[in-house]
Amino acid sequence: MDFNHNEDRRMLENTLSRYVREQYDFETRMKIAGADEGYSAEKWAEMAELGIIGALFKEEDGGFGGHGFDLMVVFEQIGRGIVVEPFLGTAVLGGGLVADLGSDEQKAILDDVIGGAKTLAFAHGEPTSRYSLSDVTTTATKSGDGWVLNGHKSVVSGGDSADTLIVSARVSGDRLDEDGIALFMVDAGADGVDRRDYGTVDGYGAADIILRDVAVEASALLGGEGDAFAAIEKATARGILALSAEALGAMEVVKDMTLDYLRTRNQFGVPIGRFQALQHRMADLLMEVEQARSIVINAAGALDGDRLEREKAVSAAKNLIGRVGRLVAEEAIQMHGGIGMTWEFSMPHFAKRIIMLDHMLGDTDHHMARYIALSSAA
Amino acid sequence: MDLNYSEEEYAFEAKVKQFLKDKLPQRLSDKVKGNIRLTKADMEEWHSILNAEGWLATHWPVKYGGTGWTPVQMHIFEEACSAANAPRTVPFGLGMLGPVLIKYGTEEQREHYLPRILDGTDWWCQGYSEPGSGSDLASLKTRAVRDGDHYIVNGQKTWTTLGQHANWIFCLVRTDTECKPQEGISFLLIDMDTPGIEVRPIITLDGEHEVNEVFFDNVKVPVSNRVGEENKGWTYAKYLLTYERTNIAGVGASLNGLEHLKVIAREQQLDGKPLIEDPYFARRMAEVEIDLDAMKTTNLRVLAAVQGGGAPGAESSMLKIKGTVIRQEINDLTRRALGPYAMPYVHEALEEGYNEPPIGPEYANPVSSDYFNNRKLSIFGGSNEIQRNIISKMILGL
Repeated sequence: MDFNHNEDRRMLENTLSRYVREQYDFETRMKIAGADEGYSAEKWAEMAELGIIGALFKEEDGGFGGHGFDLMVVFEQIGRGIVVEPFLGTAVLGGGLVADLGSDEQKAILDDVIGGAKTLAFAHGEPTSRYSLSDVTTTATKSGDGWVLNGHKSVVSGGDSADTLIVSARVSGDRLDEDGIALFMVDAGADGVDRRDYGTVDGYGAADIILRDVAVEASALLGGEGDAFAAIEKATARGILALSAEALGAMEVVKDMTLDYLRTRNQFGVPIGRFQALQHRMADLLMEVEQARSIVINAAGALDGDRLEREKAVSAAKNLIGRVGRLVAEEAIQMHGGIGMTWEFSMPHFAKRIIMLDHMLGDTDHHMARYIALSSAA
Repeated sequence: MDLNYSEEEYAFEAKVKQFLKDKLPQRLSDKVKGNIRLTKADMEEWHSILNAEGWLATHWPVKYGGTGWTPVQMHIFEEACSAANAPRTVPFGLGMLGPVLIKYGTEEQREHYLPRILDGTDWWCQGYSEPGSGSDLASLKTRAVRDGDHYIVNGQKTWTTLGQHANWIFCLVRTDTECKPQEGISFLLIDMDTPGIEVRPIITLDGEHEVNEVFFDNVKVPVSNRVGEENKGWTYAKYLLTYERTNIAGVGASLNGLEHLKVIAREQQLDGKPLIEDPYFARRMAEVEIDLDAMKTTNLRVLAAVQGGGAPGAESSMLKIKGTVIRQEINDLTRRALGPYAMPYVHEALEEGYNEPPIGPEYANPVSSDYFNNRKLSIFGGSNEIQRNIISKMILGL
């Protein structure tokens, strides 16, 4: 057994870690998060040049990584910098689906994605679908050679800035059916695409997207007519691993900051870290973050394997990350006292991101139920 | 045992409810319900409505314009106000300074300040915390040096809630450095218009401006503005804190929050069914409801025990811990109930008169921000860690 990353990944980690530290410091991050664009085209291009986007794709798709541990390495560093660039929508969800289902012609877009010239978003969730992957009511109807799309996609991560949307729509079946879901590549500026852009509580860009009689050509269909569910599940699994690794990175930072605070903050004449009540809680926090690292490793290892094992591993990860994330965020704020409540200080922004990650791609409860269902299916 | 209110208490409750129905402006209750930011004028409006009724100073004796209510009456009133979504009164003058002046002030101070609190002339804020002091309040460093008929005050206060609206601040200052930290503290009343005072906003993690830093640079304060004796301020400070911790259980707010959560959980769907039917979510909701049910009674037991005997002591620490944990759990569940729509946040939507359609369900926007903002509940007014210390020392004798 070897729990160390191989040399390529260690280099990737060092490169990104140095970049985030030097070029994406807290002040820069807050400026980018506060701007209308939702991300920085300049930083995005720089990171593309460093090969960060390419590291998330496999060789056959034009990248040089794309395995579970590549995702883990990259997203852990993204979490350490609470980087707001659209990696998830572009490289993992959108890009992952194009890589998985696209024809050679469709996959041509990946060159631009990996080069940083184009961004994607996966427009899948709907106002009442919550975290269900098969709950799709957006419709795609055949019209001549092409299709017409109608529906409402909600809280699309990076949907505010994406050039191309990967839209899920139902071509047949009932609301919750896994069969009958198709995917389409839709230009974000196409007629009938109405975007409502907004920021999220933790400073990221998102959008609700209304599709009104959006006409697309036959070449927009990604994969078959209604068998996209398996690919959606797989891309989501990759997304869950990415977000779990991101949360882990953010939790490590928060843990270190809290520990530093316990050592340096004096009250009643001693550093507050001398109080046993806080020592024990900090010890719990450390243990739980180590557990979080282990579950991310499990998910990364299972990502390219058998479907059931993969899905169990990512649901386990998202559940545990959600539980530990809440503990870490809340305890860090509490142990920091008033200062942990301020905008000016960086830690609370990490805490906000950690909490919000639970609302992406399924929360603690959702993945608990899913884990139980998958376990009984085995 | 009799778990019911007395007949008089039920009659009182009915009277309070009728008053709220008649006098609470719907514009204000709508804002409170929708978590829309209250302006200074909103808070002053409700203050003056209560004052006109004579129901403003619930803690004060009748002699000074108070209600003279029993603790149970106060509880009934608070609960009815919460249920009706009335704004909370600003506690610094009414709930904190008032009782201190009544017990320790001079007759002159009472005659001057108390009516001005009631009629809204003065908006008080609290100058207790300092950077570096936190829950170790006695370590405060702001200095007041005697110079004839005046003190010259230098130093800094922090977490001054709503200090941006205040024209007066009550402060703990160090008047003697050659003694134990709890000694050598004095209690001063300072006009915020005095030269040398600067108020700077602190923006909290939810992006809101509720608290401030207050800087004192050679601020001249008349000696007559001192409450009680020089260097005995700690006694008055502790007395004030017991009042800060009354009604700290926040039963009304939690009951309201739980009702709101249930409405949301009925409306939100999971796999096409109401979220409230999901066994995982239902269990969490039931647990917090049971906890709240018990705490309601714990709260009343404490109130009954101090009936007629002033503010509760160490028991209020239990109420603070339990109350904040329950309230925060409700906030957490409400956030979870929204699913992905817990994420969008439009800051301007908290302003009165915002007319854009909401993103997601109309109740979604403030929910996560409330969750984060209410992390403060277990930190301020003596953190929950400090409350546990108080319980182990004062109740358990450890």
